Amino acid sequence: MSGNRIAKLSLQLMTIIEERSVNNLSAIPKEEYLYKCTSACAGCSSSLCLRYVLKAAGPDSVLVVPACCTSVIQGMYPGTAMNVPVYNIAFAAAAACASGMSDAFATLGRETNVIVYAGDGGTVDIGIQALSGAFERGTNFLYICYDNEAYGNTGMQRSGSTPLGARTTTTPGGKPTAKKDLDRIVEAHNPPYMATACSAYPLDLYKKVKKALSIEGPKFIHILAPCPPGWRYPTEKTVEMGKLAVKTAQWILYEREFGKLTINGPSKAAMKKPAPLEDYIKSQGRFKNLSPEIFDLMRQQVEQNIQRLSREEAGVC
Amino acid sequence: MLTIATGNKAVAAAVKAAKPGVVAAYPITPQTEIVEQIADYVTDGDLESRYIPVESEHSAMAACIGASAGGVRTFTATSSHGLLYMHEMVHWAAGARLPIVMANVNRALGPGWNTWAEHTDAFSQRDTGWLQVFVGTVQEAYDATLMAFKIAEDERVLLPVMVNLDGFALSHIMQSLETVEIGDFLPPFHLPHAIDTENPCGYGPMTGPADYFRFRWDIERSMRDARGVIADVEREFAERFGRTYGPTEDYRCEDADVVVVAVGTLGKEAEVAIDRLRDEGIKAGSMRLRWFRPFPDLDLSGRDVVVIDRDYSFGFGGVVAHSIRSKTGIEPYSVIAGLGGQEVTYNDIADFVRNRRPGEETWFGVSDHV
Repeated sequence: MSGNRIAKLSLQLMTIIEERSVNNLSAIPKEEYLYKCTSACAGCSSSLCLRYVLKAAGPDSVLVVPACCTSVIQGMYPGTAMNVPVYNIAFAAAAACASGMSDAFATLGRETNVIVYAGDGGTVDIGIQALSGAFERGTNFLYICYDNEAYGNTGMQRSGSTPLGARTTTTPGGKPTAKKDLDRIVEAHNPPYMATACSAYPLDLYKKVKKALSIEGPKFIHILAPCPPGWRYPTEKTVEMGKLAVKTAQWILYEREFGKLTINGPSKAAMKKPAPLEDYIKSQGRFKNLSPEIFDLMRQQVEQNIQRLSREEAGVC
Repeated sequence: MLTIATGNKAVAAAVKAAKPGVVAAYPITPQTEIVEQIADYVTDGDLESRYIPVESEHSAMAACIGASAGGVRTFTATSSHGLLYMHEMVHWAAGARLPIVMANVNRALGPGWNTWAEHTDAFSQRDTGWLQVFVGTVQEAYDATLMAFKIAEDERVLLPVMVNLDGFALSHIMQSLETVEIGDFLPPFHLPHAIDTENPCGYGPMTGPADYFRFRWDIERSMRDARGVIADVEREFAERFGRTYGPTEDYRCEDADVVVVAVGTLGKEAEVAIDRLRDEGIKAGSMRLRWFRPFPDLDLSGRDVVVIDRDYSFGFGGVVAHSIRSKTGIEPYSVIAGLGGQEVTYNDIADFVRNRRPGEETWFGVSDHV
């Protein structure tokens, strides 16, 4: 066996050992790369996610951040709440900036992780061109979209990722159109790795970031990030809200490695027997006074997603 | 090595000599030949660089920003609408203090579509914090591009540099070109604030008024220091390679009663007009403005000045005429000419001088003729 092959096998073995060992939160590294001095809102799930993303990525990582809640969460100059370099860049430019940075590091022989951490507005709307370009070019980076389903930083205006029926400050009567299906857009670029995640399942997120960063090429993780002020629920319910999203199969946890789909843990059960969608809808002020017709459409959408992903996982497309 | 080349090929040859780590670019007429030539160099192994074929100019500059911050020499090229499309990132590059070099092939703006020479594209970026130089010959396109890297990367500057050359009138014109062995003219790339994961910092986070204001002053301070750095680099270039440049290129100005100030190829055309006028006994000279940012100090006192603007600031006037007026106090004869590639010959320029009306403005061939 060549030295390269031995190195590869031992890396795989280490990954398996590590995966087995990281089946509970206590196995996640104690090192913190996101300090407690953030400017996040109370009950913010995106900063919770960022904490685990950085634990998985480790210190040799750079975060590229377009305009989004994390622009604020990281704190004001000259302070920073992060213990990794954070490169702030214009709203539409995150994936392109990361492209250049990734190539610069490759030129210098550095293996530093380049991770975009962007909100839904900067991903599905204004940043989608740069995202598409970077994925088409095969850029070696990880793009994470934390999706709170509206422009949170500017005070909750609708984004392309806002779901049908949700009230925002620019859809005071409820959004008349459906949430843009970002994952199918990303999937069309055939990335080697893409996954969904949710702030209520940090271990699942941690493992996905680890796995993504072990793969060469463009990787994508889409995190559902419940937002107390935007979704209008009490701050202490953030984890519960994420769990409800998954249990009702409103949000499905999966990963797609080199095109092969795997439905993850809690979503397997939820897809077989989803919890009542009402539980999710009624606990959020943004869906107040939802008409029965809109509610039916939402339920149909959940059912369609379940069927589509079930068929794909079973290999029946 | 002596050869012949277009303005575009000369820029590409200088980039090859400068060995950037990353080139990110998007095609646009009349710049495309630059990035095609660089892609050829990279593919053929003549340039060990990463060429990122981005999906837009906004992303071209964003990728250059990421790469430069990552610690490598970086280049891009654009023109006209491409420059305007990346405008947000043009500001960002300067604010982030990144020594990116960009060639801008000056071209008119739509509508209607027009791919010919005009300077309005570059002047619309004059307040971004970029250094801007305008060239008049193929040789100068090569030399200025090489020097741009050294000027931008000087720790007293650390600002991006835009090398401007006229669309078609220079980008596609063949002239002689002497390429050089640059040796150690360009030191290895070193950016003091390059991203270092062992010293994690926040780059460009939320910044309050007091700090923000200080950062803006730092940019201006570097702009002022850049005048000296430019002079040093141009002097060193002359010593090493034998070609001399300055903030302006003055032609028969010493005893001139009237001086034509122009930018780019029109400034070279003016030199021919000056010879004609001198033959008639008119003591004329020309001053081709090379550096526009930082704007040089000009000695024009006691003469009539004819400014040719291949640009316009609507509702106000020619950008160069206004700059001359505000910097020198002289009321020039302002001629707006050459917009959208309008042909302006040395005979026309000689006419501007003969028929000058200081303090007035005329649109050549459009408003009342000179």
